[in-house]
Amino acid sequence: MLYSKKVMEYFQNTKNYGKLEDADGIGKVGNPRCGDVMWIYIKVKDNKIIDAKYETFGCVAAIATSSMAIDMIKGKNIDEALRLTNKAVAEALDGLPPEKLHCSLLAEKGIKAAIEDYKSKK
Amino acid sequence: MNLKYYFDYNSTTPTDPRVVKEIIPYFGTKFFNPSSFYRKAGEISIDIENSRERVAKLLNAEPNEIFFTSGGTESNNLAIFGITLKLKEKGNHIITSKIEHSAVLNTCKYLSKKGFEVTYLPVDKYGLVNPDDLKKEIKDTTILVTIMHANNEIGTIQPVKELSEIAHKRGILFHTDAVQSAGKMKVDVKELDIDMLSISSHKIYGPKGMGVLFKKKRVKINPMIFGGAHEKGLRAGTENVPGIIGIGKAAELAILEMDENEKRLKPIRDKIEKGIIETIPDVIINGNTDKRLYNTLNVSIRYIEGESILAFLDNQGFALSSGSACSSKSLEPSHVLLALGLKHEEAHGSLRISLGKYNKKEDADKLLEVLPPIVEKLRSMSPFWKKK
Ligand SMILES: Cc1ncc(COP(=O)(O)O)c(C=O)c1O
Ligand code: FES
Repeated sequence: MLYSKKVMEYFQNTKNYGKLEDADGIGKVGNPRCGDVMWIYIKVKDNKIIDAKYETFGCVAAIATSSMAIDMIKGKNIDEALRLTNKAVAEALDGLPPEKLHCSLLAEKGIKAAIEDYKSKK
Repeated sequence: MNLKYYFDYNSTTPTDPRVVKEIIPYFGTKFFNPSSFYRKAGEISIDIENSRERVAKLLNAEPNEIFFTSGGTESNNLAIFGITLKLKEKGNHIITSKIEHSAVLNTCKYLSKKGFEVTYLPVDKYGLVNPDDLKKEIKDTTILVTIMHANNEIGTIQPVKELSEIAHKRGILFHTDAVQSAGKMKVDVKELDIDMLSISSHKIYGPKGMGVLFKKKRVKINPMIFGGAHEKGLRAGTENVPGIIGIGKAAELAILEMDENEKRLKPIRDKIEKGIIETIPDVIINGNTDKRLYNTLNVSIRYIEGESILAFLDNQGFALSSGSACSSKSLEPSHVLLALGLKHEEAHGSLRISLGKYNKKEDADKLLEVLPPIVEKLRSMSPFWKKK
């Protein structure tokens, strides 16, 4: 299996992981196909995502897309973050092998779930 | 980063340089078609027969019981299709196990769509088939029992002698996939009383795309590949001469080096096993530690996923494999690990370490040095770690 350089870079040097204490929203999603799990934490202020982290039990692609997706939503307002697609995340990583595209869906779903969680608590 | 530490010998082995040396002339001065008339070609047939003898010796078989194929996969296919086609008037029931290699499992699956009935015997949590289960499942329509000798993922060694005895008592033929055991340990077809047995060249330091089916003389099977009269009409096609010479040499070397390999590799495997247990919490050793290939170690590292472990290891020059769903094309976790009763998540974090003759003692130390921090890092990213 060959991943792009960028995927490996994001995987190896991923930063945004770990629990986010006092998160305003948590999205817990799983991948029904391979059994992987991703948790996305967000901290929101004035409708803006001021911090975000992830915890992922999954493959290289799942970890790299978690990391990239967090980078892509940090500092954005909620509506922008909701528009993030798995395709955009995969493209930002210079693409994923076809059989790994489904992993990037996890990041998109995780972010949406975290925002929903935040909204429901508001 | 170069690949410096290879721990994936159950997947494939490098071709031994002595094998390569012996093969090379058959690409050049000895390129002839062994079926041709001229003397130079005839000499090639003699070389082929010598190779057949070498392989026969590895298995304590007779040379006329050795048939060259394109690999372990074809040998398994030939054995299973060959018998079922031959005996389909007699019965339509095949017994195998849940932990076979896909070359057996998918052949059986195909046959079950074509009117055959297949029973997949379960295994215990260490991967052993219970002979009593075999006894219970045999019926009047059973025509073949095929159960592997040693498992490629966990190394568990089945009691094939006992299993073949049970089949024979009921007059049923017994085939075993010995791709992982042959060349590593003594495999004696007479002592084990086996009717058909598959081996593969690239697992024993021979070239890829080359295998052997051992078939007892009195066992009659149908061919699968039709054409010329090669291999006594059982397997048509101009011989893969370099491959045949290669597996012969590889077999000869295996006979000479088998004991030495075991003596040297087992302590290295044991050291890795002990080291992992001591330095990494929450691991499960998969397989039967008493009846196990001396080169194989399968371990589940809980709360993390195998492909991501492999990727960090690869980056530091280590080659291993995993039974994780994410590292398989089908996105299914290893059927072998699931058959042991492992949970999906436990199969997810499995690593297979399989040693071979070019591993050094220091390789174990290196692996034990790099693995714990990798596990720690991945666990710190996992939603399941700490929250137990
Ligand atoms: C147990 C077992 N059977 C069969 C095979 C298939 O052999 P080959 O790769 O020569 O087709 C393998 C190797 O992948 C194996 O490990
Ligand atoms: S999340 Fe399992 S394959 Fe990527």
